[in-house]
Amino acid sequence: MNAARSRGTWLGLIAIVVTTVVFLVPFAFIVLTASKSQQEASLLQFTLPTQWQFFENLAAVVETRDGIILRAFLNSTILTVASVAIMVVLAAMVGYVLQRRQSRWNPVVNLLVLAGLIIPPAVVPTIFLLQSLGLFKTMPGLIAVHVAFGLSFCILLFRAFVAGIPRELDEAALLDGASPLRLFFSVIFPLLRSVIVTVIVVQAVTVFNDFTYALYFLPGEENATVQLTLYNFQSQGLNQWNLLFMDVLLITVPPLIMYIFFNRQIVAGMTSGAVKG
Amino acid sequence: MSVATQALSEPTKPKPGSPQRRGGRRAMKSPYPTWFYLPAGLFYILLFIIPTGASFYFALTRWTLFDIEFIGLDNFAQFFREPALLQGFTNTFIYAFLTSGLKVVIGLLLGVFLTSQILARGYLRSVIFFPVLVSTIGVGVTFEVLLDPFDGLVNQSLAALGITGPGWLTDPAWALFSVAMVDVWKGVGLATLIYIAGIVAIPADYFEAARVDGASSWNNFWHIILPLARPATVTVVILSLIGGLRSFDLIWAMTRGGPGFTSDVIASVIYKQYQAGFYGLSTAGNVVLFLVIAAIVVPLSFWLNRKGTEA
Repeated sequence: MNAARSRGTWLGLIAIVVTTVVFLVPFAFIVLTASKSQQEASLLQFTLPTQWQFFENLAAVVETRDGIILRAFLNSTILTVASVAIMVVLAAMVGYVLQRRQSRWNPVVNLLVLAGLIIPPAVVPTIFLLQSLGLFKTMPGLIAVHVAFGLSFCILLFRAFVAGIPRELDEAALLDGASPLRLFFSVIFPLLRSVIVTVIVVQAVTVFNDFTYALYFLPGEENATVQLTLYNFQSQGLNQWNLLFMDVLLITVPPLIMYIFFNRQIVAGMTSGAVKG
Repeated sequence: MSVATQALSEPTKPKPGSPQRRGGRRAMKSPYPTWFYLPAGLFYILLFIIPTGASFYFALTRWTLFDIEFIGLDNFAQFFREPALLQGFTNTFIYAFLTSGLKVVIGLLLGVFLTSQILARGYLRSVIFFPVLVSTIGVGVTFEVLLDPFDGLVNQSLAALGITGPGWLTDPAWALFSVAMVDVWKGVGLATLIYIAGIVAIPADYFEAARVDGASSWNNFWHIILPLARPATVTVVILSLIGGLRSFDLIWAMTRGGPGFTSDVIASVIYKQYQAGFYGLSTAGNVVLFLVIAAIVVPLSFWLNRKGTEA
C-alpha cells in the first residue's frame, strides 16, 4: 500500500511537469507575448518581457479601429445570449414531448435529431436561403443558424433528463386542472433546472467560440464576432504580435470564467452519453 | 409505455384509483401537445433540412453569381479529377483517422491514469480539459507562432537538444500532420473526460473480485476497464470521427490548406470554392462530405452499438 502510494506520488509529480509543459506553456506564452512591446514580441521568444506593457497593450487593442473589438464583444454577447435562450426553450419543449408521448412522429423526430448531429450543414444553399429572407450578413440570421444547428444536441440532453422526472407529477398537475402549456412551463420546466444550466453553459461556449458559421453567414470587418475579429487581425499579417496575442487572451477569458464557475456542468454536458452509449 | 418511466422513478404503490384515471386520460386530448415540435421544427426545417435537400440539386449545377445551369454530375467528376480537390478528399480521411485514433489511445491512457490514486488529480484533469473550451482560432494563432520553423518555441527547444526541427507548417510533408497534432492537443481533454466518466461508472465489485483473484493492474486494464468502458470508446470514436471529417476552423486558421493544397480537407475546399464563386462546385463538395460522413459514421455506430449489446 505504501509502495503504491509513493508510486502514485511520483507518477503524479511527473504528470504535473509534463502537463504543465504541454498544456500550460502555450497559455503562458499567450500572456507573456501579450505583455511585451511590439519589438520584443516580434522575436516570438518564450521569455519574460523586459518591461511589462500589459495595460498599454490592452488599451491599444481596445482603441484599434475605433473600438472594433468592443463592438465585436457586444455582438458575440448578443449572439450567444439570444441563440442559447431560444435553443433552450425550443429544445426543452421537443425533448419533453418526445420523451412523454409515444406517437408516430417519434421515429421521424429521433431520426432528424440524429441527422442534425451528423450531417454537415450545406453552406451555399443556406446562404442563398438567408439571402432570400433578407437575413444574410445580419445578426438575426446568424442567431437562427446557430439555433437550427444546435438544437439536436440540446434535445438529446433534455429527453434523457425528462425520463427521470416521475410521470405522477404530470398527472397530479393535470388533476389540479393545469393546461398542457401550464403543465410544461410551470411544473416541468423549473424541474429541468440542472440540465438547463448544463445546456446553457456548453452551448454558450460553443456559440461564443464558433468561427466557421460566423465566417460564412456574417462575413465582413465591421459587424463581426470576436472570433472573426481575431481572424481578420491575423489575416492582415501585421507585425503586432503583442496586440494579436492580447486579442487571443481577451477571447480566452470568457470561456475560462465559465469553466471556473460551471466546471461540473460543462463536464456533465460534454461527457453525457459516455456511460449510456 | 409507462414502464420505462416507472422503472426510473422510485417504486410507488399502485393507487387504487389510478387505472381508471389513466384510462380516462387516454380518451381526452393528450397533455403532451404535438405542436411543441413546431417552433423548433420551423428553425430546423427551414435552415437545415431545406438547404441540405436543396444541396443535392445545386450540386448538379454550374452556379455562379450570375446564372445557374444544370450540368449533371460534372461537378463530382471535377472533384475527383483535379488533383488539388482530390488531395483534399484523401486528406480528410487521413486527418480524421489520425486525430480520432490518437484521441482514443491517449484519452484512454489518460483516463485510466487520472482515475488511479495519484497526486493532484483534479489539477491534472482541469489542465488537460481546458483547451477544449478555448477558441479554435486562438489555438491556431498560438500554435502557428509556437511552430514557427526558425523562431518558434518548439524548434528552439529542439535545437537546444541538438535536433533540427522541420518546418512544421511550411513543409508540405508535415503540414497536415502538424495541424492534426494540434487538434489532438486541443481535443484530447474531452476524450479523457469521457473515458473518466466511463471508467468511474464501472461497478467496484469487478475490481474487488479481481483483487481477490490476484489480478495485476495490466489484467485489470485488459479484462475489466477496456471491455466495460466500451460505451466511452464508442462515444469517443464517433464524436471525434464526425469532428475530424468536418474539421475546418483549425486547419483554416493555421495553414489555409497550404502549403499548396497539401493540408486541404473537404471542408476547406468547400470554403475556397465558395470564395472563388464556384457555388455549384462548393455545394458538390458539401454533398461529398455528407456522403463520406454518412458512409463511415452510420455503419460504424450501428456496428459498435450492436457489438456492445451482445457483449
